[in-house]
Amino acid sequence: MELKWTRKDLLSLKELSPEEIVFILDTAAEFKKVSERNVKKVPALRGKTVVNFFVEPSTRTRVSFELAEMRLSADVINVQASTSSLKKGETLLDTIKNLEALQVDLFVMRHSAPGAQEFIAQHTKCGVVNAGDGAHSHPTQALLDIFTIREKFGRINGLKVTILGDILHSRVARSNVWGLLKLGAEVTVAGPSTVVPKEFESIGVRVCHNLRDAVKDADVVNVLRIQHERLNASFFPSDSEYATFFGLTPAVLNYMRPGALIMHPGPINRDVEISSAVADGKQSVILEQVTNGLAVRMAVLFLVAGCVKK
Amino acid sequence: MIEGINNFILRNAHVIDPYTNEDAIRDIGIMDGMLTDPEKVLNPLEIDLQGMVAAPGFIDVHVHLRQPGNTAAETIATGTKAAAAGGFTGIVPMPNTTPACDSASTIEYLRRHTAVDSVVRVYPCGCLTKNYAGEEMAPIGGLKNAGVMALSDDGRCVQNHDLMRHIVEYAKSFNLPVLDHCEDNFLKGPGTVHEGKWSILCGLEGMPSATEELMVERDIILARMADWKIHIQHISAKESVAAVRRARKEGVKITAEATPHHIALTDEKIYSYDTNYKMNPPLRTETDRQAIIDALADGTITIIATDHAPHTLTAKMVEFDVAPFGIIGLETAVPICLTELYHTGRLSLMQLISKFTLGPTELLNIADHSLTNGNPADITIFDPDFEYVIDKEKFYSKSRNTPFHGMKVKGKVFGTMVCGRLVFDDLAERRTK
Repeated sequence: MELKWTRKDLLSLKELSPEEIVFILDTAAEFKKVSERNVKKVPALRGKTVVNFFVEPSTRTRVSFELAEMRLSADVINVQASTSSLKKGETLLDTIKNLEALQVDLFVMRHSAPGAQEFIAQHTKCGVVNAGDGAHSHPTQALLDIFTIREKFGRINGLKVTILGDILHSRVARSNVWGLLKLGAEVTVAGPSTVVPKEFESIGVRVCHNLRDAVKDADVVNVLRIQHERLNASFFPSDSEYATFFGLTPAVLNYMRPGALIMHPGPINRDVEISSAVADGKQSVILEQVTNGLAVRMAVLFLVAGCVKK
Repeated sequence: MIEGINNFILRNAHVIDPYTNEDAIRDIGIMDGMLTDPEKVLNPLEIDLQGMVAAPGFIDVHVHLRQPGNTAAETIATGTKAAAAGGFTGIVPMPNTTPACDSASTIEYLRRHTAVDSVVRVYPCGCLTKNYAGEEMAPIGGLKNAGVMALSDDGRCVQNHDLMRHIVEYAKSFNLPVLDHCEDNFLKGPGTVHEGKWSILCGLEGMPSATEELMVERDIILARMADWKIHIQHISAKESVAAVRRARKEGVKITAEATPHHIALTDEKIYSYDTNYKMNPPLRTETDRQAIIDALADGTITIIATDHAPHTLTAKMVEFDVAPFGIIGLETAVPICLTELYHTGRLSLMQLISKFTLGPTELLNIADHSLTNGNPADITIFDPDFEYVIDKEKFYSKSRNTPFHGMKVKGKVFGTMVCGRLVFDDLAERRTK
């Protein structure tokens, strides 16, 4: 049975059904082939205007989205908070309404406030793709992580996936948790207890504060960046202490499964949460994640654009 | 007869009066603004209150009128009309206006404007500290002379325990209760919601219950030291409730209020990111909600107060993180509490009414508030069984920031009388003469 995509917005993975997630992944697999061709462009979004609206700094996610939009032949505008009216006191909603009045079709939006995209999506006819809202959600990152895992293992169901690092402040962790649970993975979140809240147990996630226990049976370890900009209080004493007790080093790999995948959403703090030897090692798929991100974002943009009614 | 005031006989009223423990159906006479033997009332208007409750006038000890400073959100005129429509004959406006009510002159301003604009009694409240900044004691004696009946730095909490200790001791010499918004600034941090499952899933910054509990325990210690009255505003956490229960058993002069939203709502609502679920203290868990209701039932919490906090649509139609805390409550408190406390069997009508009458007047030292002949005719009239759907567009408040819009409730205010004046009157169909 062909599943029909019906959403004009992609806000979080929590609201998607397993079938919808698989549908995005299958669509992304088709788009991945586009970037492997000589001519890396399709006319899927020709005549559509996409606004990359970033109220929080980003390089890799914005570039990935921008390239995805270009390869779909969309017209692209980048709006940064520093250059936008928000600095002049205009409300976010007014800014969005003004852009909407220019007959744009899609907003790819990043914002430091959790829920900002859900708020905007309720008040615009344009499609909204969440490119990260505070510590809440980053659905395309989780989709590209899951896409990469599926590519390697051929499945998600039954895999043991450990997410290691500052879970408390991580939208990547939250999105991965929802997506992986829906597709049947066994998920562990791990790291120091100050940044790995026990509340995750309430949705069926294992919570672990010992690195060895967290990774020894894992098929996948997804290492999160220590986000200095979000750690506005003392959650652990120092980077070096973090690296000693929770960093993924070659010594840790020794007691992991030999075929386990090592992932990282980037940007990496080398030799803090992950050693260079591990990040660049043969189990690492960090750069493949980046490549797959483009395909996943093309798929998401293509699907939601088809549901924007104006 | 006093010109401009009607005399009344309220027929067949179900009088429920916590001051006298009266629970009977009778007629109430009102002449020249005072409760009078019905047989002696001259030229009365008659209203048949068959099926309705008449109670001593309800008092809300926690209201933000926003005047002076933010009259786009509320004014003395609109806020007191909302109070009247909600069944309140008296309110205590919090002093965190701009400028703050931290001097005799701001209290004079408030009293001058309420004399003209207010339709209910306004009991002024002054700051604990200058500009409620928590650094220097406000001129408490001068505030008392200007007419304040309580003191509070609501919206903020004095963090310096030594300063707070001296404020409590000094307030005692002027017979003024200290109302405290309990919150430890370090534990609160950038928190916007209750720290727990839902803050974690939403990615919103949480404030743990300990944020409140720590300062409630501090206040219990200071109230015991000074042997003086500290009132815990908008109590929200089960741990705080347990602390207050224990302290009251020990004889410490501690009282507490609960809001209708902490009685009716819990924190899973925040997953909508609807800023009408953003308030401080935040909505907490079902266990906390049940602890509050238990404490209302066993007398640990003696007051229900709304923390009516008007904000313009512009202020609230923003990202959750940047929206101001607070919701309006004056026009929904009575129906919500009847629905959640009386119709669920948790509180009797007598108990529920005492939270709006006896509790507040004991805190504020107000006498002669019972429905006894000779007292001023301050009366709240409601039908506990009338069902309707809350419609924010019908509010008298200037603001609309309520999470209760569209909620089906059982119990409606039909009349509010202040000193013999029907300041809210939905009784037209009940007029018999």
